[in-house]
Amino acid sequence: MHGIGVFVCHCGSNIAATVDVKKVVEMARLEPGVVHAEDYQYMCSEAGQEKIAAAIREKNLKGIVVCSCSPRMHEATFRKCAEKAGINPYMVEIANIREQCSWIHKDIAEGTEKAVILTRAAIAKVNLNTSLVPGESLVTKRALVIGGGIAGIQTALDIADAGYEVDIVEKTPSIGGKMAQLDKTFPTLDCSACILTPKMVDAAAHEKITLYTYSEIEKVSGFVGDFTVEIRKKARYVNMDKCTGCGVCMEKCPSKKALSEFNAGLNTRPAIYTPFAQAIPNVPVIDPTQCTKLKTGKCGLCERFCQAGAIDYTQQDEIVTQKYGAIVVATGFDVIKLDNYDEYAYSQSKDVITSLELERIMNAAGPTKGHLERMSDGKHPKNIVFIQCVGSRCNDSKGKPYCSKICCMYTAKHAMLIRDKYPDVNVTVFYIDVRTPGKNFDEFYRRAVEEYGVNYVKGQVGKVTPEPDGSLTVHGVDLLENKQLKVSADMVVLAAAIEPNPAVRKIATMLTASIDTNNFLTEAHPKLRPVESPTAGVFLSGVCQGPKDIPETVSQAGAAAIKVVGLLAKDKLLTNPCTAKPDELRCNGCSVCANVCPYGAISYEDKLVNDHGVRETRRVAVVNSALCQGCGACTVACPSGVMDLQGFSNRQIIAEVDAICR
Amino acid sequence: MQEIISRLEELFAEGKINRVLGWKKGDLPYNPEPAYFESAEALKDFVYDGFCGANLSKYFIQGSAFEGVTAILLKPCDTYSFNQLIKEHRVDREKAYIIGVGCKGKLNVEAIKAMGIKGITDIKGAEIDGDCKELTVETLYGDKIVAYKDAMLERCHVCKGKEHMVYDELLLESADTLDGDRFAGVEAIEAMSPEEKFEFFRKELSKCIRCNACRNVCPACSCRKCVFDSNKFDSEQKANVDPFNESMFHIIRAFHVAGRCTDCGECSRVCPQGIPLHLFNRKFIKDINEYYGDFIAGENAEEKGPLTNFTLDDMEASERR
Repeated sequence: MHGIGVFVCHCGSNIAATVDVKKVVEMARLEPGVVHAEDYQYMCSEAGQEKIAAAIREKNLKGIVVCSCSPRMHEATFRKCAEKAGINPYMVEIANIREQCSWIHKDIAEGTEKAVILTRAAIAKVNLNTSLVPGESLVTKRALVIGGGIAGIQTALDIADAGYEVDIVEKTPSIGGKMAQLDKTFPTLDCSACILTPKMVDAAAHEKITLYTYSEIEKVSGFVGDFTVEIRKKARYVNMDKCTGCGVCMEKCPSKKALSEFNAGLNTRPAIYTPFAQAIPNVPVIDPTQCTKLKTGKCGLCERFCQAGAIDYTQQDEIVTQKYGAIVVATGFDVIKLDNYDEYAYSQSKDVITSLELERIMNAAGPTKGHLERMSDGKHPKNIVFIQCVGSRCNDSKGKPYCSKICCMYTAKHAMLIRDKYPDVNVTVFYIDVRTPGKNFDEFYRRAVEEYGVNYVKGQVGKVTPEPDGSLTVHGVDLLENKQLKVSADMVVLAAAIEPNPAVRKIATMLTASIDTNNFLTEAHPKLRPVESPTAGVFLSGVCQGPKDIPETVSQAGAAAIKVVGLLAKDKLLTNPCTAKPDELRCNGCSVCANVCPYGAISYEDKLVNDHGVRETRRVAVVNSALCQGCGACTVACPSGVMDLQGFSNRQIIAEVDAICR
Repeated sequence: MQEIISRLEELFAEGKINRVLGWKKGDLPYNPEPAYFESAEALKDFVYDGFCGANLSKYFIQGSAFEGVTAILLKPCDTYSFNQLIKEHRVDREKAYIIGVGCKGKLNVEAIKAMGIKGITDIKGAEIDGDCKELTVETLYGDKIVAYKDAMLERCHVCKGKEHMVYDELLLESADTLDGDRFAGVEAIEAMSPEEKFEFFRKELSKCIRCNACRNVCPACSCRKCVFDSNKFDSEQKANVDPFNESMFHIIRAFHVAGRCTDCGECSRVCPQGIPLHLFNRKFIKDINEYYGDFIAGENAEEKGPLTNFTLDDMEASERR
């Protein structure tokens, strides 16, 4: 192709400091097809874009290469600029000479050499570019929120208030999530349930919100604006329309051995249960692993006592298929398993508990009715030790490398509440650092130390040993005093790290949304697009994206909602024209491409082909370009290289490699 | 062998088949070649003995285009390839009448020559009806006695088994020939240092004359247009430019058949330069077994292969090793 323009950006000193941009321009001029090359301080600025537009018009350019930052930053900017100047936006190639070039090189000669090579590769590619035209797709004006904790509830409320239909899918029997399990919230110490339950009621009562509780995502297909989702409504064995929520079934149920999930396993619940008193919907479910009737066919007490006739042992799981324009992931977190931390004697002593368990012990609806008691003997503890960062900030594979963010604040809260209610209890906190960035957070922590006399010790704990008298000895270190400490305690509370709910892996896979090494969902951009997944139409709310407290979660929930609303407000979306295209003359019809396609975009047809005069019916691949997302899996799977990704054809990629290796 | 011929004559007489895809006598006593037999009379040239190593599966791509039913003779290991071709829609199962024939291990004349035996005029004892214990190699310099086992193809020492994976009827008995470790050769290479590996492959692949016999015989290389023959990639010239690119041909070929190769061993059998090409494919098979659980391509015609299937239990690339 004759008529290529090359535009090299300095990006201030971001590129120019380690890449000789003049040299890149000079070298670009020598490449075949290049008729124009220039550099400018900020190509993305209005003046920079005007330079590109002017060159396109004046020199009648057919394709351009912009040597600048990552295409994820400004490819769209330069495509728009090219389109305005009269060429097809897909005749633009970006040579990223910043992120993996100027930023990582210290030596100008090395940086420049690499920039020249990358530019050469982009020129080789643009030589083979063809004009592409995007199609259009309709937007389904309905959103799906996966997860019914505070993040999911707030996102759903904000979307619904803007006038769009929202479905919340929650896998447990009630919405509410982890916040429902908390007693008080920092730094204001207001009751968690008191501020959460009105939101739960609002969500249930909202005419635009549909709740699917005790339900899970089974399958996701489609793409932004047009997702099709199968939701598995697990059998509750209770008819939601008939049940009045009177609770008699739960009283009468003779099988009461299951550990209560809501009370963090500290006490038991019946086989037919609602997780907690304010559950929404207030309709119990029967746990089939516990119910005597479902297991052996005998019992049926709940059915006999149910005045409303709501019990139905024959209920089956039901699959609901629904279309959505946008999906919000709000799957939240779990406390990590403490198997790797047995030095703290969690498995050996009932009096070594997690902070979440302490929340339940301190809650009036908890296993001890809110009295601070040891779980082993019910005695009032006199000395409590808190251990921070259990599994957080670990530099080995035992725990998590990140800071769980909320533990410093909830431990200050616990310490303060205990000292307030039981001034006779000594509270010691072992910490690495106390991290309190946040409005009124440091003031809150200082109150715990200064007003409530909580004993903060900078240092970690090596181990906790249960003693024969039932007490616990905490072997720690005081780093400020530089001495080893042995503290006798009646109760030890572990600030266990939080991790993304394990279910998120499966959901991320179904959504083709990326997750990082810690299973947190990845943002489209860590700073500028923090509530969007790189997968179009998928948004992130709450801890599934990274550790957060309640106010941050609620803010992010609102932000995700407005992104969803922005999408649903559109009637049509432009589709990506970079889709797969088979060459039917060479297609073997072997089905490998269809097998690897994650979007179900490839099917086969028996087609009459004319192969150099030979007319015969052959089984050939056909791509549905509306479904194809341009991932390229088929192009590498095809053994004969018949499948090509438009805009990234095999030839273009080989040309790039050749240019690099030249 | 007579048993097969009689049965084929019967099938012709009954009108059940229109032709036979089998082996006919070659120009030398130890090189029978694949052939179509259009009538019962044509079967006079038919042969099935210890030298019929050729896997006929791939020839059925052509067979599928013919009118009517073709009887195809497949040894147990050949049926894996046939299944794989069914899976890839390259052969038409409806047009095949598969006769699964027994196998007592196939012979490799190169193995006999490697024993220093020259001037071979005839080889006796390769008949499938025999006990397959001993071969009498008649040469210009007198007869030599060779143990059947010692003259077998490498692949027969690591035989996949006596069972046919797909067939319409079975004829003749098979014998157990397995006495080697299938992955021993791969493990020996894995144990080498990177320099030793490079040297090993450089040495072996430098023998290649790009005759394309490996590709042409390979049942997994069934593309209408091979990437190396296609003008769409600029790759066809590339593989001929220098010795390095020549080596790349084999590596690229191994990648293209990964997960689809049934380890039929034809590539190594036909290589006139004696390059152990099957080692590349076996490395992939070993890795697939380790990462995704034991898998043999062609065991059935329905299951998706591990490399073209995704399950939530798949190991993450970052978690390997």
